[in-house]
Amino acid sequence: MNKRSLGARLAAAPYMVWSVLFVVAPLIMVGYYAITDSTGAFTVANFAQLGTYSDIFIRSIWFSLIATLICLVIAYPIAYTIAMRRERSQRVLVMLVMLPMWMNFLLRTYSWMAILEDTGVINTLIGYFGIKPFHMINTPGAVILGMVYNFLPYMILPIYSVLAKLERSMIEAAQDLGAGRFQVLTKIILPHSMPGIASGLTMVFVPSVSTFYISQKLGGGKFDLIGDTIERQFQTSYNYHLGAAISFVLMILILVCISVLNKFTVDDEGGLLI
Amino acid sequence: MTGTESCIISLRGVTKYYNGEAVLRGINLDIHDKEFITLLGPSGCGKTTTLRIIGGFVTPDEGDVYFNGRRVNDVPPYKRPVNTVFQKYALFPHLNVYDNIAFGPRLRKVPESEISRRVKEMLELVNLRGFERRSVNSLSGGQQQRVAIARALINDPKVLLLDEPLGALDLKLRKDMQVELKNIQQQMSITFIYVTHDQEEALSMSDTVVVMDTGEIQQIGTPEEIYNEPDNAFVADFIGESNILDGTMVSDFDVVIFGRHFECLDKGFEKNEPVDVVVRPEDIDIVSVEEGMLSGVVTNVTFKGLHYEIIIDIEGFKWMVQTTDFWPVAAVVGIKIDPDAIHIMKKSKYSGAFGDYSSFSEELDKLSELEAQPEQPPVEEEIID
Repeated sequence: MNKRSLGARLAAAPYMVWSVLFVVAPLIMVGYYAITDSTGAFTVANFAQLGTYSDIFIRSIWFSLIATLICLVIAYPIAYTIAMRRERSQRVLVMLVMLPMWMNFLLRTYSWMAILEDTGVINTLIGYFGIKPFHMINTPGAVILGMVYNFLPYMILPIYSVLAKLERSMIEAAQDLGAGRFQVLTKIILPHSMPGIASGLTMVFVPSVSTFYISQKLGGGKFDLIGDTIERQFQTSYNYHLGAAISFVLMILILVCISVLNKFTVDDEGGLLI
Repeated sequence: MTGTESCIISLRGVTKYYNGEAVLRGINLDIHDKEFITLLGPSGCGKTTTLRIIGGFVTPDEGDVYFNGRRVNDVPPYKRPVNTVFQKYALFPHLNVYDNIAFGPRLRKVPESEISRRVKEMLELVNLRGFERRSVNSLSGGQQQRVAIARALINDPKVLLLDEPLGALDLKLRKDMQVELKNIQQQMSITFIYVTHDQEEALSMSDTVVVMDTGEIQQIGTPEEIYNEPDNAFVADFIGESNILDGTMVSDFDVVIFGRHFECLDKGFEKNEPVDVVVRPEDIDIVSVEEGMLSGVVTNVTFKGLHYEIIIDIEGFKWMVQTTDFWPVAAVVGIKIDPDAIHIMKKSKYSGAFGDYSSFSEELDKLSELEAQPEQPPVEEEIID
């Protein structure tokens, strides 16, 4: 009875092959590189070196946390507004949220350079009003802005999708039982959207903490993040072993962060996307 | 307002438009304290809109709503002394049974010890002892329904609004819940305003039935009045089975149907006024042709358990007769109608819309098709002891 049919197993085969080839095998390779040196001998030296990168780890996590929180604060009202619209306008608005994601990531980051530069779009514009130019590019703020801008849709969409499923009668029932607008928000809408918030936090935090390029372009290379460091190990230093070790630790850090997040947003509906 | 003092809720000329179309037209309704009142009608008749106006979820475009003589048109739902049991229960899925029921009192900052006592009481009332910690998603439809009732009643509302609360339950459970709801209403001695399209449900539970159609009230009365003395052909047809005939009121107590005089108990019509005549199928006796007042041929016989439903063609008009005696198809029979079985109604816009049972079999087909694909599948119920 427990035996699955041959057909079912055959149908699953391509996916098994896929995950072994592209998920399991790379993971093993990262692990292998992390615990060996260039001669292929076992070593923990790669991990021993990681102490020198601790400030980069801390900065990456710190920047990503700030970016994630800003995303949440911006995304929630947007998601709520979209979800409360009629169905037809909902589709258009969701499309507008996704539209920037169709554009190349590098291109979008370059545009922000042009906007934020000392002689960029913003400073030129405010110059017309006699305001002195601001220094914006190559600051932590610019890096975080880049993260927020690029990953905001990943926060809006999961929150929108749980809010869209909230039945109108649920809100009416709360009003009927004596809840005013604020209480409806805190006692019904927010708890209901927790699974969406949890997915959003994960989907923004994970790419933010491992991102490279944003900091190089908007931070002027002054604020190295883990992603940049890993990239450098593979692209310039050709130290695959150290790069693998950093990746490995990053992976574990992300897993820890996600499990902490999920503790706070217990969800019995399986609404998590990651 | 005169005449509203004794009423807990009054509607005066309430009108509501959706997209320029009137869904309610000038509703006048007085609801008395501790009354079980049912708004009954087919879907789209405006019964749910009326209920939502009383609950405060919809604001009337014209007319006024009074609670104890005070105008409440613009009072939001959370400030009204009413609570609602919603059609699909609308329980909060992120809260367990206890927290769902405690939702209202907690908003009012009732002490937790008091809440705990009251929740227990409510669970007792709706027969869900020991369900406090259960997740609402794990409950059957009937159980969710009980939680919804407990969640509403714990707030001591003066009026409980129920929007087709039994619509999603299967027949057997629906019957049990009808009795239970009626008991709860009497035990709490509060007003219930109940919305349903099920005439049998309305008749068996209500003190007062309000029959609605196309946004207007067709008749207000006790179940007996509604059934025995329908005001027009719509009410006669919607409530139970009826043979509705064209007749002429020759004089008081004398009506002519098919050119024959029948004695009846109605009076006060113009001389020779054309009227609608209602004869309920269970009030007709089938007799031999010689004894009969009218005679015709049996065209259809259906066994219904309690009785046979017999269709008799009398000069082209198909009568429905319900009787415990069996008559075979093609039998030539007479029918006998007692004076108190005849009910005379004034002509209305519904005259002619409902008539005999010549399209009966088609009608049945349509009905059974509808039943085969219900809008909401009935929810299986487990037995609660």
